[in-house]
Amino acid sequence: MSKHEIRAPMPGTFYRSPSPDAPAFKVDGDAVASGDTIGLIEVMKTFHEVSAGVDGKAIRFLLDNEEPIMAGQVIAEVEA
Amino acid sequence: MTIRSLLVANRGEIAVRIVKAAKALGIRTVQVHSAADADMLAVRLADEAVDIGPPAAKKSYLNIEAVIAAARAAGVDAVHPGYGFLSENADFADAVEAAGLIFIGPKGDAIRLLGDKVAAREVAARAGVPTVPGSAGRVSSIDEARDGVAQAGFPIMIKAAAGGGGRGIRIAADMADLDRHFPQASSEALAAFGDGGLYLEKVIGKARHVEVQILGDGKNFIHCFERECSLQRRRQKVWEEAPSFLLPADVREKLCASAVALAREVKYSGAGTVEYLYDEDSREFYFIEVNTRIQVEHPVTEMVTGIDLVQEMIRVAGGAPLSVRQEDVALRGHAIECRINAEDPARGFMPAPGTVRRLVVPEGEGIRFDTMLYEGYTIPPFYDSLLGKLVVWAETRDACLDRLRSALRGLVIDGVATTVPLHLALAADDSVRRGDFHTRFLEGWLDEVFARQAQPKAEVA
Repeated sequence: MSKHEIRAPMPGTFYRSPSPDAPAFKVDGDAVASGDTIGLIEVMKTFHEVSAGVDGKAIRFLLDNEEPIMAGQVIAEVEA
Repeated sequence: MTIRSLLVANRGEIAVRIVKAAKALGIRTVQVHSAADADMLAVRLADEAVDIGPPAAKKSYLNIEAVIAAARAAGVDAVHPGYGFLSENADFADAVEAAGLIFIGPKGDAIRLLGDKVAAREVAARAGVPTVPGSAGRVSSIDEARDGVAQAGFPIMIKAAAGGGGRGIRIAADMADLDRHFPQASSEALAAFGDGGLYLEKVIGKARHVEVQILGDGKNFIHCFERECSLQRRRQKVWEEAPSFLLPADVREKLCASAVALAREVKYSGAGTVEYLYDEDSREFYFIEVNTRIQVEHPVTEMVTGIDLVQEMIRVAGGAPLSVRQEDVALRGHAIECRINAEDPARGFMPAPGTVRRLVVPEGEGIRFDTMLYEGYTIPPFYDSLLGKLVVWAETRDACLDRLRSALRGLVIDGVATTVPLHLALAADDSVRRGDFHTRFLEGWLDEVFARQAQPKAEVA
């Protein structure tokens, strides 16, 4: 069973949902398609979508909502 | 009471500016910082530094309790809020006073009054300052909105009473648009600002953004002439000048007098800015809003008047009367400020945090660079993208543009993409040299002129 890592393309603050009151884009265990948005990164007051980049059966997040992240840091793992 | 120590409740280049102004007055400085800002320049320059919380602004720079606790622990006399963050938060100003400290700015009540855009329009009207045609006050229903339109006509802006800084604005071109946008605008305003109140203002087509610097000590009120800030992208200023060189002398006199009348109406204390739209064709100006803080672009005013606005606001907060009388304020020469942001103009202004590998700052007569940068500094991604402000002064505007071009060529910030290439292109542009622009000029120019220039070269900042 192979695992794929989704890494942050830029540094900033990671958000699990599109707005504070909205449900998370994905929760642990969800299946993902490559084009699915899995979170947002806020960098210098602008927001950028992060897509899964890979199809998989189950996603597992390594970061909580509103956590600071570095570029290249692993956001989540996806089971192929 | 004279201020002997102050807490800087901000970050970035303005924190550096405040620390330097305080030091020039012999005042002890205490700099707050988030966990992400421990190595910022203002921390290095200040006498002391206090960690006030995690990187997220709402847990640090926007956390009133944390800032007040830092001020108490450091035993300072006063708090300078800078711009942005808590600078126009009336509750913060009140909390500073309640802690027995001096807030360097106007009283909480004045911030509250002028921060409510509808109330501010009413204050302006009382002071005889022309306002943009629109609703008489808050509009609470679509029927009231329709009445407002009957007075002002389309296109019309639906604005949030608690908004500001270009946020919370929608434009309706006709009645169907108004019907559609009005309820959405109200719920958005409620979500964004905690106040669903709206008002209407007519869209002034090709207007300039002109603003007047005011100073008050609660008894005396003066202006330090105006700034021209029409070059904006997404309602954010990019390039500012002083004075607004095409403004006819009689209009300048009326404009500046109206700002002083407004300051007097609210017995203003501290530094502030009255913003206007100016319609060149009709030679009419219209009040937009008052900013009750020091502005990003204050240095251009300092360069043409010789007044240190940050020092003046600290002295006034300490109880001193204004150190200058109106008749002593004179315009000399021309100044231009370029906002140097960590954004890549060749890639849609994508933010570009990173590490500054090499920094070369141009020097010489009439050149000033207000910045947070030093070599080896890593720009954090959590805050806005302003890195510094290149401010250039010369005897005439033409000479100022020439000096600006050479200063921009001499400014080297290796390691991150910046807006320097944008400013080089603007400084070389014929429309800019003629002063032939308005508030919506820059976005069109970026698409039509700059996109063509930027492509073949693939600028490396």
